Amino acid sequence: MTGEPLLDVRDLKVSFRTEDGLVKAVDGVSLTLFEGETLGIVGESGSGKSVTMMSVMRLINDPNARFEGEVLYKGHDLMTLNRDQMRAIRGTGISMIFQDPMTSLNPVYRVGAQIAEQIRAHDHVSKQAARDRAIELLAAVGIPQAAHRVDNYPHEFSGGMRQRVMIAMAISCNPDILIADEPTTALDVTIQAQILKLLRKLKNDFGTAVVLITHDMGVVADLADRIAVMYAGRIVEQGTRREVFYDAQHPYTWGLLGSIARLDRPKPRRLAAIPGQPPSLLRLAPGCAFADRCAHRFDLCDEPPPLLARVDGNHLDACHLEPKQKKELRETTIHPELIENAE
Amino acid sequence: MLTFIIRRLLWTVLVLFVITVVVFIIFFKTPGVDPARAIAGRNPSAQVLQEIREQFGLNKPLPVQYLLMMKSIFISRDLVSYSNQGVKVVPEIAAATPATLSLVFGAALIWVVMAIAVGVAAALLRGTVFDPLLMVLALIGVSAPVFWVGEVANLITQGTWHDTFLFSWVPPLGYTPLTQNPGLWFRGLVIPWITLSILYIGLYGRVLRANILETQNEDFVRTARAKGISERQVLLRHTLRTSMITFVSLFGLDFGALVAGGALLIEVVFGIHGVGYLTYQALANLDLPTIMATVVYGAFFIVLVNAIVDIGYAWLDPRIRPT
Repeated sequence: MTGEPLLDVRDLKVSFRTEDGLVKAVDGVSLTLFEGETLGIVGESGSGKSVTMMSVMRLINDPNARFEGEVLYKGHDLMTLNRDQMRAIRGTGISMIFQDPMTSLNPVYRVGAQIAEQIRAHDHVSKQAARDRAIELLAAVGIPQAAHRVDNYPHEFSGGMRQRVMIAMAISCNPDILIADEPTTALDVTIQAQILKLLRKLKNDFGTAVVLITHDMGVVADLADRIAVMYAGRIVEQGTRREVFYDAQHPYTWGLLGSIARLDRPKPRRLAAIPGQPPSLLRLAPGCAFADRCAHRFDLCDEPPPLLARVDGNHLDACHLEPKQKKELRETTIHPELIENAE
Repeated sequence: MLTFIIRRLLWTVLVLFVITVVVFIIFFKTPGVDPARAIAGRNPSAQVLQEIREQFGLNKPLPVQYLLMMKSIFISRDLVSYSNQGVKVVPEIAAATPATLSLVFGAALIWVVMAIAVGVAAALLRGTVFDPLLMVLALIGVSAPVFWVGEVANLITQGTWHDTFLFSWVPPLGYTPLTQNPGLWFRGLVIPWITLSILYIGLYGRVLRANILETQNEDFVRTARAKGISERQVLLRHTLRTSMITFVSLFGLDFGALVAGGALLIEVVFGIHGVGYLTYQALANLDLPTIMATVVYGAFFIVLVNAIVDIGYAWLDPRIRPT
């Protein structure tokens, strides 16, 4: 992990004007992604993880949205590109797959045509060549009888198969970065595992850097090299997978880790949950956004906690507690053997 | 495909049967209606009425009368009008059909093209003043009664400004067959076409705009954009095509109804002797044979147009295709 990052998001802020006031969906997020790396972005609904990556792709068309900050891709700031320049990057430089494969494909076109459309938008190849490539891609993502299925419509595929089609489409122009926005959330558990396996295979085969957005710690445990935990539009903790799972510094991360159902422990009477609700992004208090739900709140929590390396060079967190205190408190919330299954 | 056509045909027969029976019953059960009097003219004697009843079979039981009428529409094609003695109804309708088809096809072409333009423009210009402006214009178009627009158009193009350079090209009211004089056919129909299409441009434009705005938020449109295809292609290939589904089903209903005689007011206002005009006269004279024949003609066209629309619909949306 040396040299220039492939993607460098610097202090990204995204806000939406609404009738009730300004909603700060993303409030100063900085991220880096290096070649071939997988970055997991974890957080609950509304934490701003999707909005962050949609902003990177410049896919938010809402006229009420305001953007600040820089998104450097290979040194170019995507936020300043015009429509055609951005179009040239989507699909080839950065591509994206979405949460719900049932609605992400256009119902009126054959899947092969939808894949070929992207190929032909970026490469000057014949229709036949694009179609052949679509068949290859469908086979590569594990769709049986690809040469036949290429002419099927999306409604003739199951959810998992549609997500495979989406993945085939996303990798069709060999992108540097693949953004997967909750790629398994809408799928059955057994299918989830298959899709994750496929993503890992593609990552290894093609060397594509992956940004994996999820609310499921289990998913990032499986795939991510580094993890960023988001809460209320900010990153509250960031580090390698090992650091975040074994040495989590932020009480919110503890909550996430503690709320996973475990098979290797005695069955708890109730599954642990983080009490309370995520705060409204409309009028956030200046202090720590998690303070109201945090069992370890103290005076300093009314001050905004900066995202700093408090334990180790690249392991960042935004909690005022002393690392030593945290170590003791953490034991009450989670146990660090969690990652054993994943490794 | 074959079963589709056969099913359609059976359906058509059923529709025709039900409609003709209903029209027949309504006609004979309407109080104060005596076809014999309509045929006889002013102050007929009781004996004349009796003769007419026998001559036209009006003294036979209703089911028999119904069957006789159907026979003379479909088999012998010699159904005679009650009010215009000796005029055969079926050839009369056949002669009126080209005028109606010319009127409706031309108007439909204008309104489809214009409505797509209006709907797409309004959706794309959302957030500017042009969107509400276009929508208000469309609403005015929808609200203006078609006979009123027609009369005003006539007042302007046939009266006040007829002798100015603006409208001197407009021929007198009436219809010239295409085969007789294509130029005159066209010039005579321009104003009726525009008049008829105004309502539908407004209606379809508004519907299309709403559908486009709805489709723009669909996940697959976002996917299309994420693929890196141009905005133009996102609009034409992804947004517009899916938005056209409602448009096409509406079009089937309206177009069928218009061809079936629904352009009655326009035909009357512009003196175009089409099927609508015929229907209008038949209704005014309580002329059952003509009413019945126009109804059969209308039902036939509505079923036909709907079949065509269903095929178009299946082309637009593969999910409803039979597998």
